[in-house]
Amino acid sequence: MCQTCGCTITPGNAGMRGDNIAGHSVVIDVLQDLLAANNQVAVHNREHFDEHGVLVINLMSSPGAGKTALLEATIVALRDRYRIAVIEGDLETDNDAARIRAHGVPAIQITTGTACHLDAHLVHRALHDLSLTGLDLLFIENVGNLVCPASFDLGQHRNVTLLSVTEGDDKPAKYPVIFRASDLVVLSKADLLDVLEDFDPARAAAALRALGRDTPMIHTAARRMPAIGPWLDWLEQEMAAWRPVARSPRSMMASVGA
Amino acid sequence: MRTHRPHRLYVGAHTRTRPRLTIHSVHELSVCQALLAQVAEIAAGRGAIVVERITIELGPLCGVEPALLASAFAIVRAGGCAAEAALVIESTTVTIGCMACGAQSQTEPNRLICAVCGGFRTRVVAGDEMRLRRVELRMPESRSPVA
Repeated sequence: MCQTCGCTITPGNAGMRGDNIAGHSVVIDVLQDLLAANNQVAVHNREHFDEHGVLVINLMSSPGAGKTALLEATIVALRDRYRIAVIEGDLETDNDAARIRAHGVPAIQITTGTACHLDAHLVHRALHDLSLTGLDLLFIENVGNLVCPASFDLGQHRNVTLLSVTEGDDKPAKYPVIFRASDLVVLSKADLLDVLEDFDPARAAAALRALGRDTPMIHTAARRMPAIGPWLDWLEQEMAAWRPVARSPRSMMASVGA
Repeated sequence: MRTHRPHRLYVGAHTRTRPRLTIHSVHELSVCQALLAQVAEIAAGRGAIVVERITIELGPLCGVEPALLASAFAIVRAGGCAAEAALVIESTTVTIGCMACGAQSQTEPNRLICAVCGGFRTRVVAGDEMRLRRVELRMPESRSPVA
């Protein structure tokens, strides 16, 4: 596609050149969200999740912050009590979905090719390959990216963003959109704080607080001796709040509207 | 201290992208495609075949950079009903409402703290828009199809 010589003008579209058409101009006020199409599909996804009583969490971070590792540790801790599934998003490979499946949990891999984020349409397609019946918890592990995923509603109920201690502690200030959109910020690889002089959790917390939402921040260490207690507590609180009617984790619930 | 953000960005009907402006991002390209799909639908609904001008509102918190969107637009509009449409981007400012004292204040995107009482529980009133504001269409004199 050439932008400089006008070779995009073809016999088919030449008639669209303004100076060839006589007529009058009409101004139309629109006021429509540019992402309205995505949002419609996201609403549809959310209805689908609600019908099945599944809590859906959109997990975001920069590449390498430890999303998949945290999911692996979470599954090992919770799989005997809760039915969990994962939708993975990456540009290429199904490495992450394979890691999840190795723990006995269904995982669908979306490979986006070049798209730097997941959108509601991609998630909708993935749901064709995943049964939500009986599921308690669905994680959507977004593409590693602190910029774009924040703008695209997928139909999730909660946004969780990881910030690893090997990144800068001013990241919430540098990436306000995604951190402000988060319901929880997880400080991952926290076991490395002892050996890292530069990362000050208090500074990260202050930058997060400056985004006006009083978002909680939890420390996790998912490798070696996993220390993810507060994260598991948060998950269980959210699941309990999500389904106020008490039921055993494995009970088959008939589809009930909200 | 953030870099200067122009209040209004204009892409003319005959603006061609130049090599230094083609540093666009896939993100802005996909947003442009969504924009042009909406515009095309509006134009088709009105029976117009030429889009003259598109006005959008972008807030600092919407996750899209106006200059990159302008550059992407000049590429994505080619060959469609908006091929020579001008794009006007109106940048809004971040306005927050304080949940403690109720005051509204204008502020920076990464400092959403009430300017009046210093409260840190606020909601964004303006500044996260990514909105198609207005479309200006050229209506044909007659409804006969263009050859």
